[in-house]
Amino acid sequence: MNVLERGYGGYLSRAAADVQLEVTLVDGPQADPSAELVVQREGKTWHLLRGDLRAEWNRATGRGRVWQNLNSYSTDVVLRILHTLILAGQDGVLLHAASAKVGDRAFAFSGVSGAGKTTISRLAPNYVTLFTDEISYLKMENGEFRAWGTPFSGELAKPGPNSWARLARVFLLRQGPENSIEPMERHEAVCSVLRNVLFFADDPELAGRVLETVCRLVETVPVQRLTFRPEAAIWDLVTSMENG
Amino acid sequence: MAETYIARGKAVAARALGGEMMIMSVADSTVFALDEVATILWKSADGVTPLETIVRDHVCAAYEVSPETAIRDAEDFCRELSGSGILLTSDRPIAGAAR
Repeated sequence: MNVLERGYGGYLSRAAADVQLEVTLVDGPQADPSAELVVQREGKTWHLLRGDLRAEWNRATGRGRVWQNLNSYSTDVVLRILHTLILAGQDGVLLHAASAKVGDRAFAFSGVSGAGKTTISRLAPNYVTLFTDEISYLKMENGEFRAWGTPFSGELAKPGPNSWARLARVFLLRQGPENSIEPMERHEAVCSVLRNVLFFADDPELAGRVLETVCRLVETVPVQRLTFRPEAAIWDLVTSMENG
Repeated sequence: MAETYIARGKAVAARALGGEMMIMSVADSTVFALDEVATILWKSADGVTPLETIVRDHVCAAYEVSPETAIRDAEDFCRELSGSGILLTSDRPIAGAAR
């Protein structure tokens, strides 16, 4: 419970919850991230199944149940997956990306494991507010894409603040000998971003929504290839970019 | 030689982006970016029009390319996409295809 409170404490609110989950603790296997995950829809109810957890959630009522043993990782997995389902229907995605706020602009740094999400997060100077070093929450609202802080942290184990900023730029990360920012063709950007979107459901309707969201992202926010050396100066280059 | 018929797969999501078409397989989230000619083939894949007719009427009519080259390229394209379930191919009309 302490782990959950540390991760999610900043997101507690007295407002009515759109999603309500009842968690039942059961004896069962420990969390295994490599175990096969099944996400299926039956009518309006989504079913999640992995070795260490079982969950069901009704998208019409917003209510659901989770069965898991006493560990925070299973809860975290359920919340991440539910967010992918909810966001897919709301012009948003969870993206494998670090993201951060500088002034009123947000930047996302996307890539697979080892691309440099944690590294660039560690290099962030004091004037940067880190939203996450692992899973970014991107959503279109009022005609613009916004990045939000998330409790879904990676190696840094540091939840982001419950705040947002306009998404000014998305960078596809790779580490290299020199710092550089290169443009990407739109179709290349869509393919690259989609590869890093968290999406588990075998569902044509939601897949269509995710594709639409990523295409709109690429049409409205500059998506570029960022090659960087692991040194703090990379942030000078990033923040010197004009508004997207 | 037998005709080839093509139809769009059912478990796919598609979206136009500029002059190209982005196609995503629902099964494994694989994404394909179709260029202008491939997009013509994709849009014409109604399951009932033979591939050769599609190529003659929509590709050769719009681009300076010989029918032999165009049909060969089209067959390569269809082979690649059918391997991922994005496109269905058959030697007879495909019932229930999206038009």
